[in-house]
Amino acid sequence: MAGNTHFLFNDCALISIATGQKAMTLTELRNNLIHISLDSIYHHFWGGLLVPRFEEREFNNDFAGWVRHSLRDPVLAERLAAIDPTASSNLEELRQELLDLIEERLDENETVGWTRGNRQFEFLRSQLVVFDANRRLEKPEDLAEQIPLLSTSSIFYHFIDARRRLDQGCDDFSHWLADLGDEHLGLCKQLAAIDPYFSSLSQIRTELTALFKTYFTGGSP
Amino acid sequence: MTSLLETYAAITGNDVIDHLRQLAKPLANMKVVHVNSTRVGGGVAEILEKLVPLTNELGIDAKWEIISGEADFYECTKSMHNALQGNRENISPELLQSYEQTNIANAEKLRPVLEDADFVFIHDPQPAALINHCPNRHGKWIWRCHIDASHPYRPVWKYLQNIVSHYDASIFSLPAFAQPLQHPQYIIPPSIDPLSDKNIDLPPEEASQVYRDFALDPDRHLIVQVSRYDRFKDPVGVIRAYRLAKRFVPDLQLVLAGGSATDDPEGEIVVREVREAAGSDPDIHVLLLPPDAHRTINALQRAADIVLQKSTKEGFGLTVTEAMWKSKPVIGGDTGGIRLQVVNYHTGFLVHTPEGAALRIRYLLHQQQMRAQIGERAKNYVRENFLLTRHLREHLTLLVGLHYESRYRIKLS
Repeated sequence: MAGNTHFLFNDCALISIATGQKAMTLTELRNNLIHISLDSIYHHFWGGLLVPRFEEREFNNDFAGWVRHSLRDPVLAERLAAIDPTASSNLEELRQELLDLIEERLDENETVGWTRGNRQFEFLRSQLVVFDANRRLEKPEDLAEQIPLLSTSSIFYHFIDARRRLDQGCDDFSHWLADLGDEHLGLCKQLAAIDPYFSSLSQIRTELTALFKTYFTGGSP
Repeated sequence: MTSLLETYAAITGNDVIDHLRQLAKPLANMKVVHVNSTRVGGGVAEILEKLVPLTNELGIDAKWEIISGEADFYECTKSMHNALQGNRENISPELLQSYEQTNIANAEKLRPVLEDADFVFIHDPQPAALINHCPNRHGKWIWRCHIDASHPYRPVWKYLQNIVSHYDASIFSLPAFAQPLQHPQYIIPPSIDPLSDKNIDLPPEEASQVYRDFALDPDRHLIVQVSRYDRFKDPVGVIRAYRLAKRFVPDLQLVLAGGSATDDPEGEIVVREVREAAGSDPDIHVLLLPPDAHRTINALQRAADIVLQKSTKEGFGLTVTEAMWKSKPVIGGDTGGIRLQVVNYHTGFLVHTPEGAALRIRYLLHQQQMRAQIGERAKNYVRENFLLTRHLREHLTLLVGLHYESRYRIKLS
């Protein structure tokens, strides 16, 4: 894909797997978070984009949603919801940020540590199967035309999963454009400015389409 | 002739079908066998009816086998089912003996097919013990639990766990249902088939025939619950909710429609309880439908203003999915897979009591515009998440995952 003059589109399918770890209190959540696999932390921040669930979610990570609706602690829920996973350089750092916020809350309020939620938090992980989408780009100018044709799971693979997969921590489109030379560095900056965390995959596809259309044709998004 | 896959592409779009073809490539010509205990009645049979031929069209050699047994066997497996859902069911050694003997007898018949398969899906507890009698199996065995096993009665779960632990993987409908096991536990919600008789669009004359068949008044409000006569579905609670709502909506009619699957001996007792609760109210219609009355159920769901599924325990609640696919708001019990489908004010309402259900019935009947909006959102939600093609995609993803035994990301060449 990247590193070539052409760009091969991939697609993916994700499946959730139970880890067997569950929490009923904030203390249990904290204790599990210390040891849970990074795959699981990733799943609870990003996997929600590809698993069946209602798109208009109140919270964009599962930890915040559980703390709000099961533990009924709006204070910690808001703090957890404010975590920006794209700002962490790796998942270990993200784990630490979660733990810091939970520890801080446990220090603030002793009872919150022992309050039982009305539902368990189930730690999941996922498995991603990647396959050829049978589409390729010969030149960057074709991005505006091709992006709207991609499935949402293909958007996930190239715009979300890439950040974990590539050493540079960027999306596949930026990686490819950067490989082609300096000509499209401005576009790479604009891609980096798209916040994938607060959008559904279909919204990201719309944003990308508008960006590429504006950049390459000067047309209105 | 149009293939099944092409027919589905008309509903889901070609991309969804292309995904399936890509995922199936590395599994081409592999042998997959599904085993359950009934070919008609119940959600499992309905899923397999289309899942198996679709899998075949993708170039995978898929088969569907059923096991059979005597009354003792079904009594035992019904108790296991109830125990997995949390009932304290003490199963006698005689019934367990019948369970084991039935599995041995069925293994005699199915052994060549099962031992030769690359992947075997065993659905629910009934055929679970087959694995103990297929010593030369070479494929991966997957136990598919369709039941809400979040709080099982421990002695029965312990018995089943000893059997299930021999499997290579298990599948649960929701994360909350998963139990500690040594193998991977995949989470796959079930699905509905939009082209089945139960879900396909009906011609207007056929849809309206249901009013005449069951003496319903098309000009009055109608609420419907479709499900087996099972205490966990709380049909008596639905009658209570109807009575509470009827004080404020006098023209209200209620249909309780269900039948008994061939593996459910408890149904008749519950039907008697329901009829007793209904009394002589002419606006309560307790229907016992044959297992193949799919188009009738379809028409009843379409005739309803609101569909109820007031379960107190539920595996997933495919009747909820079916109703949502027909653009109906659903009032569902706050349990199991209903929670995944019904989102308050978006696709329906979750309730805990007959009083709660009655309140939401009154609300929705008074808010006609809201009812229509909720129905539309419900249909879209099902289209994107709970159709058979999504279910098949996740089965294929699981098979690829098991085949390659990779941790997070598997790249197919």
